[in-house]
Amino acid sequence: MPMVEVAGKSFEVDEEGYLTNLADWTREIGEYLAKDEKVELTDSHWEVINFLREYYEEYQIAPAVRVLTKAVAKKLGPDKGNNKYLYELFPYGPAKQACKIAGLPKPTGCI
Amino acid sequence: MAGPEFEVPALSEYTEVPKIKEGATAHLKSFLAAETSQSYLGYPHQLPADWKERALDRMGQVLEKYRSVRVFMDACVHCGACTDKCHYFLGTADPNNMPVARQELMRKVYRRYFTLPGKIAPWLVGAEDLTEDTLNKWYNYYHQCSECRRCSVYCPYGIDTAEITMAGREILNYVGVGQKYSSEILVKVQKIGNNLGLPGPALEDTLLGLEEDIEADTGVPVKMPLDVEGAEILLVTPSADFFSEPHVESLIGYAKVFHAAGASWTLSSKASEAGNFGLFNGNYETMRNIAMRIRDAALELGVKRIIVGECGHAWRVAYAFWNTLTGIGYGGDDPFSVELQNQLDPRYPQPMHICEYTWDLIEKGVLKFDKSLNDDRVITFHDSCNVARASRMGTEPGGQFTIPRNIIRAVANNFQDMAAETIGESTFCCGGGGGLLTDDLIEVRVKGALPRMNAYNNVVQGQGVNFLALICAICKAQFTKVLPYYGFDRNMVGGVHQLVGTAIKLD
Repeated sequence: MPMVEVAGKSFEVDEEGYLTNLADWTREIGEYLAKDEKVELTDSHWEVINFLREYYEEYQIAPAVRVLTKAVAKKLGPDKGNNKYLYELFPYGPAKQACKIAGLPKPTGCI
Repeated sequence: MAGPEFEVPALSEYTEVPKIKEGATAHLKSFLAAETSQSYLGYPHQLPADWKERALDRMGQVLEKYRSVRVFMDACVHCGACTDKCHYFLGTADPNNMPVARQELMRKVYRRYFTLPGKIAPWLVGAEDLTEDTLNKWYNYYHQCSECRRCSVYCPYGIDTAEITMAGREILNYVGVGQKYSSEILVKVQKIGNNLGLPGPALEDTLLGLEEDIEADTGVPVKMPLDVEGAEILLVTPSADFFSEPHVESLIGYAKVFHAAGASWTLSSKASEAGNFGLFNGNYETMRNIAMRIRDAALELGVKRIIVGECGHAWRVAYAFWNTLTGIGYGGDDPFSVELQNQLDPRYPQPMHICEYTWDLIEKGVLKFDKSLNDDRVITFHDSCNVARASRMGTEPGGQFTIPRNIIRAVANNFQDMAAETIGESTFCCGGGGGLLTDDLIEVRVKGALPRMNAYNNVVQGQGVNFLALICAICKAQFTKVLPYYGFDRNMVGGVHQLVGTAIKLD
């Protein structure tokens, strides 16, 4: 598996650049992965990323898109609680791109 | 993951047969499966030293077990009727994506080792040794076939390309060359209960959230019951329905239909997946193991009916194979099958498609709609390949084509079909079926969608269509991803039961 180096330490990622070990994740790694994805992280991005990690810790899976949009509405305001806004933040698709930056495994299936 | 660079084909009024480009997609190789998932499935994860013997051994077993594959190997006369029927050939121009050429990759090996002329005079009959180069080509091109079976419709001998692709993938797995995407999914569905890997507590939390949403939206407490023993109906649906947009809108639609009908129904955390990727990889045992979860859940919950949600290949497996795989329909004679037969209500087809269920209620006048709520939509319907060419709905031939369209017409005022040669039995695949719905194959997915996108563009331009209605989770995910490459808004994609859910009157 390929390795990436962030702040002097190296970490394993899979073929698509997803972090192999969830526990390796740090804010710096999140920033590195975002740069790789050409996503410029703002506070709104971090709200999503933090929520993803909290949810994953509790349920061992990324939240469903509906669960995520509701959480975003609560934190960033009702006008932002929709799929369209999430795509603005993460253009390659909130489920996959946001998970990648948050260090979560890639969701699989018919999605 | 920002995506590889490639040229998106230009839309045109008719999909023209391209001039061939040798090797145009020879570089497209899906990621290989890792040791963990391959060993769970009982396969090696890299080529063993005796790979050639193993491959030929498995090929012999497949030819023995599936008489159809042997007939398909022998029957082709190279007439070429299939060449321009494949969406991947039309979109990529790679000659190996002509169905006959893709099959030839296996047929030349078959001739060499399994026919007398090929054994004694291979040069006379186009027989070739199995080499690592051939094996690599199998891997690349058997993952550029979505097993949609459009070519089979036009083949004068009815050769089923999908079965050859399935056989190819099974032999590849047998020598350690598995595909990451399918392999990981096959493990998750068996370990956790669904392709997503959504554990029970997360499913429960998600369903509770959806109940809140529906009540906030409609003022009606529509429920999404989970693991309810003694419920009449077990709904088995693709796990993407719990997770993704627009899939979840159809789940909401099913729940509203059950509510309006006053039905007793439940989902199951054990059988929280209708999809069965065992079909795609041509492994009977895996397909059976996955299907068994549904039989076990039905027995445990004591349900009287099993209904399948909007999922194309799941409906093929349910409609065509559940009976012999698990005894849910007819055929199984082990004690559990017999118990299930006694338990299921003989007045209904088992299993039943959600569209059959909803249409039956509409015909009986049980459901009421305000069609004007869908007036902002001009709708067309994409026939999903596994439903269109491998199954049926209702009691009349062609019910799989008429019933979804009848439902749409009953809940909305504006419906327009795409060109006749691109729908019904001749439908073009979305480009992401058969285990190809993965980011590492995005180029072949986008290019393979070209014929469907051309037909869709014609009704968008000509009839003002703005909604592509679907009954397959793969199609929904594929079009959501691919539409923007062709300049369309991804929000044009949705489910038939999303339309039902929009217009249905609840009280």
